[in-house]
Amino acid sequence: MPGVLKAPLVVEFPFTRSLGPVQGAFLTGLRERVVLGVRTRDGRTLVPPVEYDPVTAEEIRDLVEVAPTGTVTTWAWNHEPRRGQPLSSPFAWVLVKLDGADTALLHALDVPGPEAVRTGLRVRIRWAEERSGAITDLACFEPYDGEPARPAGHDGEFEDAITGIVAPARLDYTYSPGRAQSAYIGALAGQRTVGERCPKCRKVYVPPRGACPTCGAATHEQVEVGPRGTVTTFCIVNIKAKNLDIEVPYVYAHIALDGADLALHGRIGGIPYDQVRMGLRVEPVWTRGARHPDHYRPTGEPDAHYDSYKELL
Amino acid sequence: MTREIAVVAFAQTAHRRTSDELSEVEMLMPVLHEVLERTGLKTADIGFTCSGSSDYLAGRAFSFTLALDGVGAWPPISESHVEMDGAWALYEAWTKLLTGDADTALVYSYGKSSPGPVRDVLTRQLDPYYVAPLWPDPVALAALQAQALIDAGETDEPALAAVAARNRAAASSNSHAQLRGSIPQGDYLVRPLRTGDCPPIGDGAAAVILATGERARELCARPAWIRGIDHRIEAHGLGVRDLTDSPSTRLAAEKAGAFERPVDTAELHAPFTSQEVILRKALRLDDSVTVNPSGGALAAHPIMAAGLIRVGEAAARIHRGESDRALAHATSGPCLQQNLVAVLEGDPR
Ligand SMILES: [Zn+2]
Repeated sequence: MPGVLKAPLVVEFPFTRSLGPVQGAFLTGLRERVVLGVRTRDGRTLVPPVEYDPVTAEEIRDLVEVAPTGTVTTWAWNHEPRRGQPLSSPFAWVLVKLDGADTALLHALDVPGPEAVRTGLRVRIRWAEERSGAITDLACFEPYDGEPARPAGHDGEFEDAITGIVAPARLDYTYSPGRAQSAYIGALAGQRTVGERCPKCRKVYVPPRGACPTCGAATHEQVEVGPRGTVTTFCIVNIKAKNLDIEVPYVYAHIALDGADLALHGRIGGIPYDQVRMGLRVEPVWTRGARHPDHYRPTGEPDAHYDSYKELL
Repeated sequence: MTREIAVVAFAQTAHRRTSDELSEVEMLMPVLHEVLERTGLKTADIGFTCSGSSDYLAGRAFSFTLALDGVGAWPPISESHVEMDGAWALYEAWTKLLTGDADTALVYSYGKSSPGPVRDVLTRQLDPYYVAPLWPDPVALAALQAQALIDAGETDEPALAAVAARNRAAASSNSHAQLRGSIPQGDYLVRPLRTGDCPPIGDGAAAVILATGERARELCARPAWIRGIDHRIEAHGLGVRDLTDSPSTRLAAEKAGAFERPVDTAELHAPFTSQEVILRKALRLDDSVTVNPSGGALAAHPIMAAGLIRVGEAAARIHRGESDRALAHATSGPCLQQNLVAVLEGDPR
């Protein structure tokens, strides 16, 4: 049996998020080197600020400036920073209670080694040189042995407050389609289409996924299907897809390959789009070096009778 | 009248570092077949099916719909899914059975962590405004919690190493576990946590069947009756919480009736050694209680299934007559963010 396939798979997404009045003020403040907290009705100051009291769920809006200096409440030494983390050289993760705050903020502390960190260490903010209104405007913390800094009493009102952030993310995977689909893709390399037969209902599934979706049984018996097949249903595509070099309109169809009990998808070519019909007999057209048929074209045979494919619609 | 609901069957995979020769459904299917065979039920006999998983682990969208191929959804089934650990799928199934809409339920969950860098993947579940842009991984966050616990004088590194050793020694008799027996504590991953304080990264799946009243007695010689189950969550801001405690676990346990009478067994979902210290305190477990006879999450940690496995392991001990009253705990999110507690009992002997 040929080996199981693997390929790199990158998932990248920029989440655009809107900010409410509290988070917007906090992140705008970071851009202006001002740290804002929010005061609860019982007089606690939460930094970073939230819109609802975590204890009472009451809406809170009372912004108050706190100091850029504070105290480490707990820490962890990160000797091998990972991609995206605040510092590329070894650093300490810290929770810091800023002077004037009652809760702690998570960030990085830049010190040479774990012996330079302890709970209770006094620290201050090191601002990023370029700031855009994000938690990363706070580059990191650094040790500080001076007096607590005095906040200027900012009220949280800004000229051009930011209302949203873009949070990019990227994750790298090594994707493997598993045993059944690897075998399917492997057969395609030899221009053969291979499905798997369910041991219970005897249906042949293509592409196979290793299980019969009707019976829930594992499938193993490989069955070569096609190459010819029957169009069971189709649609006419009139919108040009990005990065796709196909003239519109074109026909996208479900094709039941001979011997298969499940229709697969494919494009129909070699015939005007408005002459494609249910029951049309087709065969795959391969282009050199391709990993799957480029499209299917009419074989010239008479159309299949409806009864022969109605179960596959 | 409240219906009696029991766990009547449990199955799990042999959890492994990687299973890349198998698709998710190929990994899951033997486990589904095993629980059905144990009870003699067929898919068509099951009243409700609920699953737990996360697309982020394998990096593919709607993966749970493909996993359904392994269930066999014809004739049409009643089905639901949670993007969480299967323990929460079990909670949904339990409420479904309580309503009287079904007498049996199939609950399964699975996680393939091997395709992606799971420490990075799990950062995407964090607060996207203040925390996720810093990419703090779950080991880093657990390490902050461990240091807070050490500073509070509630544990130290040798005590944490003893937790790791005890769990993995217990796993010696668990053929499904990924890490078994004597494992070196290793180097720091994020200080104060060493490799040995952290769960293995691995792939796996689990399934249980629930049944009500007399149906449960027909399907299982000694059903594990769910006497209570509850789940609670804490403020999402890590700096708002006292990381050395787990009030949500305590409250869930109280609501589940865990404190009404002592339990003899506890299966705790504590992926990090320091979290077992916190959970033991929150759940008031003393040395008379057998904690994690399976080896717990330190021996096998298929994400999204590890919590359901705790319920399954606790139930299986009752099935085998090794326990009369057991507690099962599941957690989700960073630093014991969300916690579920179930109390299971066997009929008196
Ligand atoms: Zn079948």
